[in-house]
Amino acid sequence: MEALLSVDRVGKRFGGLAALDNVSLAVRAGEVYGLIGPNGAGKTTLFNCMTGLYTVSAGAIRLAGKAIHDAKPHRIVKLGFARTFQNIRLFANMTALENVMVGRHICTRTGVLGAVLRGPASRAEERASRTRAQELLAFVGLAGRGGGLAGHLPYGAQRRLEIARALATEPRLLALDEPVAGMNPSERRDMAELFLKLRDAGVTLLLIEHDVKLVMGLCDRVAVLDYGRKIAEGTPGEVRRDPAVIEAYLGGEA
Amino acid sequence: MPTALDWLRRRPLLAYALLAALLIALPFLVGAGLGRGWVRVLDFVLLYVMLAIGLNIVVGYAGLLDLGYIAFYALGAYLFAWLASPHFGLHLPFWLVLPIGATLAGIFGALLGAPTLRLRGDYLAIVTLGFGEIIRIFMNNLNAPVNITNGPQGINLIDPIRLGDFSLASPVSLFGLQFHQPHLYYYLFLALTLATVFVALRLQDSRIGRAWAAIREDEVAAAAMGIDTRNIKLLAFAMGAAFGGLAGGLFASFQGFISPESFNLMESIMILCMIVLGGMGNIPGVVVGAVLLTVLPEALRHLGDWQRAVLGHVAVDPNDLRMLLFGLAMVVMMLYRPAGLLPSRQRQREFAAEDGVAEQEQASLYDSKA
Repeated sequence: MEALLSVDRVGKRFGGLAALDNVSLAVRAGEVYGLIGPNGAGKTTLFNCMTGLYTVSAGAIRLAGKAIHDAKPHRIVKLGFARTFQNIRLFANMTALENVMVGRHICTRTGVLGAVLRGPASRAEERASRTRAQELLAFVGLAGRGGGLAGHLPYGAQRRLEIARALATEPRLLALDEPVAGMNPSERRDMAELFLKLRDAGVTLLLIEHDVKLVMGLCDRVAVLDYGRKIAEGTPGEVRRDPAVIEAYLGGEA
Repeated sequence: MPTALDWLRRRPLLAYALLAALLIALPFLVGAGLGRGWVRVLDFVLLYVMLAIGLNIVVGYAGLLDLGYIAFYALGAYLFAWLASPHFGLHLPFWLVLPIGATLAGIFGALLGAPTLRLRGDYLAIVTLGFGEIIRIFMNNLNAPVNITNGPQGINLIDPIRLGDFSLASPVSLFGLQFHQPHLYYYLFLALTLATVFVALRLQDSRIGRAWAAIREDEVAAAAMGIDTRNIKLLAFAMGAAFGGLAGGLFASFQGFISPESFNLMESIMILCMIVLGGMGNIPGVVVGAVLLTVLPEALRHLGDWQRAVLGHVAVDPNDLRMLLFGLAMVVMMLYRPAGLLPSRQRQREFAAEDGVAEQEQASLYDSKA
């Protein structure tokens, strides 16, 4: 099966520090793929390489066969790869609905002239944008909260809003960087439900998480990073039994 | 009277009709009440409103601090002078020269934007400040070996706005009223100012306006939404500059004379002050700021007369006193209304965002803990 996202022997150095060393992995269309590893293992670095914030020092990253490791972040989004941030980065002083509508940017084309003249085409586009944004807010469980300021939403709702905003770009692949960080168990369960709903809607998910239990319960396949290297990849069951993983990460817990 | 305002608010058509009547009658009211000189001030008010609205696109919408904005005003003015004055012997019609000036200024706006895209905040401010000064110094010195700008003497006898035999420079009698040059320009400027207000408002509430707001709020997140931050910033620079270029062309034909000293750093700062004072990002606020900061300095010119009337002599140079009062007003404003006189919804929230900040801190705490 053709991989939707393939990471091919990627390395990333910061000066003398090898944050990533020869990391390869493949995310298949339709699956939930988990990327775990202890603090400082290089998860977020890999994530930033994939989404164009960092340039790789070695190797290649391809999305559906197209090389994206040299592309600017906004190009990668256009190819169908959206992301959220570990430290929530909403447009805090815009409303929730406006945040999601910003996500519609690449799916719309009104230019300066269209915006000023506001002809039938751009009016229809604006209406469609608003409708879609409202649908997405409802999808993540924020129906009716679009008018509130993003920065004033409670923490869990901000996480959901970030997902809705990323979904607004109509991605094939959605990467979530620690989406349940700081949540209590019942909030985590709700989020897990949302992830499954996303998968069922046809979005491939790449989940970067600390919460091993959540990842193991949710993901079809998991890769484990440690000190910038991939030490295991496979189904949760395989990974759980992998001695290197037990040694490096799960410790006595598994 | 809030009750009267409420009453009007429920009758928007009537309110607009009253506003339109007021704007049309304004030069005559002002001329009769304060003297003909004030009609000229009114014209300048409109020019500054246009400039402030243009700069607001760059600073207020996209959040890019530009301290060299007056350079685009200068470009528009000089272009008008080159293409419609005896200086080069060209006398192209205004409907050609004004769009060319706005376009040229827009191109220069993008040219200035391109190398400064990576800069933010203070650094961007310094580079744009330098750009503003470079343009002024060029205008001051490009009189040799080839005389392009006529140096510090400036360019004289610039054509008035003219269509066929009708010129805005010669008085017209209509309905028993005398329309002098400042009156005629007033109506042209008014029309164009309303057009710029319209364009700015439409842009703000559009896909483009949201993209500007997004890069102002968080550039990394904006890029992660697929917004080409480079192009959208360049667009802000170019749009803002084009408004400046248009205002510059109007200024040149209105004055009939331009020289580099009209385009100094103080002017850039004044326009920025208009935006900050009025309320960054909010068009009504920007208009109020531009009106106040154009009218007040004119009114304060009479400080000398007032001192003579009260004290019998001039104790403090009126010009110094004017700047002193201006500075004081800005300090008081920043203390008591930091978001401006009529802040936008967004700025209001930002400045009242103590709870927002607490929430953000809490959020980052969660992340580092997890």
